[in-house]
Amino acid sequence: MSRDEAVIAYVLRLADNALILAQRMIELVTAKPELEEELANANFALDFIGQARMLYSYAAELEGAGRSEDDFAFMRDGNEFRNLLLIEQPNGHFGDSIVRQYLFEAFYVHQLDALTRCKDQRIAEIAARAIKEVRYHLRHISHWLIRLGDGTDESHQRVQASLDELWRFTGEMFVSDEVDVAIRDNLAGPDLEAIAALWKRDVEDVIAEATLQLPEDQWMARGGKQGQHSEHFGFLIAEMQFLQRSYAGASW
Amino acid sequence: MAAVSREQVYEWLADVPDPEIPVLSILDLGIVRDVSVNGGVTVSLTPTYSGCPATEVIESSVLAALEKKGIESIAIKRVLSPPWTTDWISDAGREKLREYGIAPPARASRAIACPQCESLHTERISEFGSTACKAAWRCRDCLEPFEYFKCL
Repeated sequence: MSRDEAVIAYVLRLADNALILAQRMIELVTAKPELEEELANANFALDFIGQARMLYSYAAELEGAGRSEDDFAFMRDGNEFRNLLLIEQPNGHFGDSIVRQYLFEAFYVHQLDALTRCKDQRIAEIAARAIKEVRYHLRHISHWLIRLGDGTDESHQRVQASLDELWRFTGEMFVSDEVDVAIRDNLAGPDLEAIAALWKRDVEDVIAEATLQLPEDQWMARGGKQGQHSEHFGFLIAEMQFLQRSYAGASW
Repeated sequence: MAAVSREQVYEWLADVPDPEIPVLSILDLGIVRDVSVNGGVTVSLTPTYSGCPATEVIESSVLAALEKKGIESIAIKRVLSPPWTTDWISDAGREKLREYGIAPPARASRAIACPQCESLHTERISEFGSTACKAAWRCRDCLEPFEYFKCL
């Protein structure tokens, strides 16, 4: 894999994480339990869409093959997407979505922080823009996790079950492959081992404050970064891509 | 067409409103990062939030405003660095926000003053408001609800 190919692959992973999480959040628009949460969810999803657009545009420029941001989003098949498995997990109940969002954004904030110092100027600029948004998300989401964990017996039990269920998807975030290594070595990008330690520290703090139990070490699912997705993913992109696949080039 | 000066272009841009908070011009908002006038006119803009839906509307308003003034060759450049924060809003812009009924973003850790009665006795109702950049607040003295432009 050439240096440029690694950068394109890495930028597409970042973009796919942002887009697919946004798509999951969009599924929840008009379905949140209260108005403030409705606005928070839609606003956060919009931040992710904006980040995905900046990243896809950059990937398109690097690739130089005439593809647009829309081509990346709507015209690739499932196995061409490189988002984490955690991101594509179904929304489930309110606690499930909060836990999924928290576990990912607690990682993403450190990934972006490292990227603001990387040698690729464009990636560093996008990361500097995005991290401001993600810090705001994290503050909000961790408050919810604490409120649910340290809430009623029912909310405590249910959010503990969400945490136990989603935990097996967290390992993938910290497994380096050749793309991660190339970005770390060539561009002074994130060191996933260092990020794993920061993530664990933050997550332990919030989980303790939420009076929840940290799940035990266990088998970790992986494959998203290589394009091997869970069953849920096919349904997600079928809905997301339907319009552009059926009426290619349709616009508002 | 006679050559235009940068100053002239800035003057025209002062009439281009932010589509979500039309009392602010894009200059007040601090998103015009540069204007250059080599033959054509190039305007460098930076987005406020990554996903701000106003970005494209603003770009087309700038194009329209300059075309109306007879400029033929116009380029819009998107720049990301340094990232926009609420500190880029000008003092004039902050004053216009207040008059419009939106509390401007806090500087340092000062309390949020009610834009109606200036009381500092205010409370947050919701961290999220009608747009990504605003939160909902209420004054506990005059009891008016108001919007607060979030500090970013």
